[in-house]
Amino acid sequence: MERIALLAATLFYLFSFGHTLYALGAGRFQPGRFNFIAMALGAFAQGWYLSLRGAAEHACPIGNLSETLIFLSWSISLIYLVIGATYRLSLMGAFTAPLVLILQIVALLLPDRVSVSFFRPNPWVETHAALSLVGYGAFGLAAVAGFMFLVQEGQLKSRRPSPIFHHLPPINILSEATLRLLWVGFLLLSLSFASGLLAHLAVAGGKFLFSILIWLLYAAILFGAKNGTLSGRRFAWASSLAFLLALILLPVIEHLSGRA
Amino acid sequence: MNILCAGLNHRTAHLDVRERFAVRENEMQELLVRLRSIEGVSGAVMLSTCNRVELYASSLCPLRALDGFRAILSERAGLEAPLYHHVTPQAVRHLFRVASGLDSMVIGETEILGQVKKAYSMASDAGSATRPLHKLFQHAFRVAKSVRTETQITSGPTSVGSVAVELAGKIFGSLEDRRVMILGAGEISERTARSLQSRGVRSVIVSNRTYERAAELAAEIGGMALHFDHWEKSFADIDILISSTNAPHAILTPEKLTPLLRLRRGAPLFVIDLAVPRDADPSINEMEGVFLYDIDSLEQIASQSLDIRRQEVTRCESLIDQHVGGFLSWMRSIHSPDPHHLGRSA
Repeated sequence: MERIALLAATLFYLFSFGHTLYALGAGRFQPGRFNFIAMALGAFAQGWYLSLRGAAEHACPIGNLSETLIFLSWSISLIYLVIGATYRLSLMGAFTAPLVLILQIVALLLPDRVSVSFFRPNPWVETHAALSLVGYGAFGLAAVAGFMFLVQEGQLKSRRPSPIFHHLPPINILSEATLRLLWVGFLLLSLSFASGLLAHLAVAGGKFLFSILIWLLYAAILFGAKNGTLSGRRFAWASSLAFLLALILLPVIEHLSGRA
Repeated sequence: MNILCAGLNHRTAHLDVRERFAVRENEMQELLVRLRSIEGVSGAVMLSTCNRVELYASSLCPLRALDGFRAILSERAGLEAPLYHHVTPQAVRHLFRVASGLDSMVIGETEILGQVKKAYSMASDAGSATRPLHKLFQHAFRVAKSVRTETQITSGPTSVGSVAVELAGKIFGSLEDRRVMILGAGEISERTARSLQSRGVRSVIVSNRTYERAAELAAEIGGMALHFDHWEKSFADIDILISSTNAPHAILTPEKLTPLLRLRRGAPLFVIDLAVPRDADPSINEMEGVFLYDIDSLEQIASQSLDIRRQEVTRCESLIDQHVGGFLSWMRSIHSPDPHHLGRSA
């Protein structure tokens, strides 16, 4: 059943991505409704998978890298569904679907073994891990918004915009969305650290260092955005590259947590 | 029952003629009553815009209805009405094309849909729309929506002013709190500023070498005049700069903008350079947060949009054909005898 839920989620995301590519290729730049429904069904299927795993493991289902990536992909989808419905950021689904799909496929390809060492019945540990992953989800979507900013800015700078230009949101709105998402991610990550302290997790070692490095990186980006030194293109690049770095470091952190 | 469409438009009649036949809103009700009194006309919807005057009527005898319409229009205008006409199915196709903007002067413009909706609403209120006309117009609104969403017929702006507005929208989103500065009070600058004002810009500063001209334009568009020597002092507060001075060399250079941009703390700046020779050094477009468009690039985008729209016409026509088929099926169904009824009668 778990495998079916996972495959269903992958298919929904694949359909969302494929439909978007087809619609863009055919010159239809408003794939919104189909894309949104497919993403929602994908998130539902992922949620179903995670609930089955959670019930089986009697814990938050982030016991290995595969589950962690699915949880992260689910967080990105959910935040997109909320942001997409609230702010109606045109074409955001088209840019989110490939990221979610890639995370989902990598998760499917990874061995699905559970690390026994992680599972101690401590709700603070689970809160810590879940909050940090939802925070990463917000960072992921901020990276998507940042990437969209770079595409739209490139269109504006080129002075010969292609048809997609007319359908992408304004760069100011994308910049604001990126900033808000970074703040959400940063606050969640900070709360995650706080719950980690309550769980008496070690504040030393490689895992802590890498985690604090990411937290500091995002703090620096937000500080730069606030004082105006990091704006526009540089801010968009920073939010996209920071998430890429976070994704690269995620397996390392997982490994150091004994969950890979 | 047939649908008749008869009228004149920008292709068949010059503006001098069209304005003679135009129907004002307060005359519409009376005209609809007269149209319905034509023998064989059961219902009528009258569309009158700056580019067209058209009657859509449900009639058992379309040619007689056409004669009646011609007589009424000619009598009102005091000259022979140069009318074209279509009957079902061409009349149906014509309305679908009109509502979708395919028959407009600027292909794909969307204002016409609102005008068609208004014409239909006035006829409905006057009790002048019959069942086939209700169905026809509601179908036309669906067709227009479908054409708009499934093709790129409304894609992109088609004039320098609307290109500037779209670009500003794609940089800033809402234009309501944006500040515009006009450098050099030329006619195109004024038109561009007015386009931006029509999209919500409230604050406009006008600076010109001749202060009196700046004051005059500022008064006309509800802006504020500024001495030319002081324009740099307001630079930190503006979002859009429209430049069209007669300067023989570039007045906006990277050297001049670098210190000014620092004051802006990364806020984007949209520079619209309408001057020939150009006021802005093209290399300022490479500076972060600066988006420079000169007259050529604005015109290129307008022409690109029109090209895209023209290429989409075939797709739109094929969509419209499908809808015409759907509407005709419905018309046939209301005229064919109900088999259940026949069964009961037998």
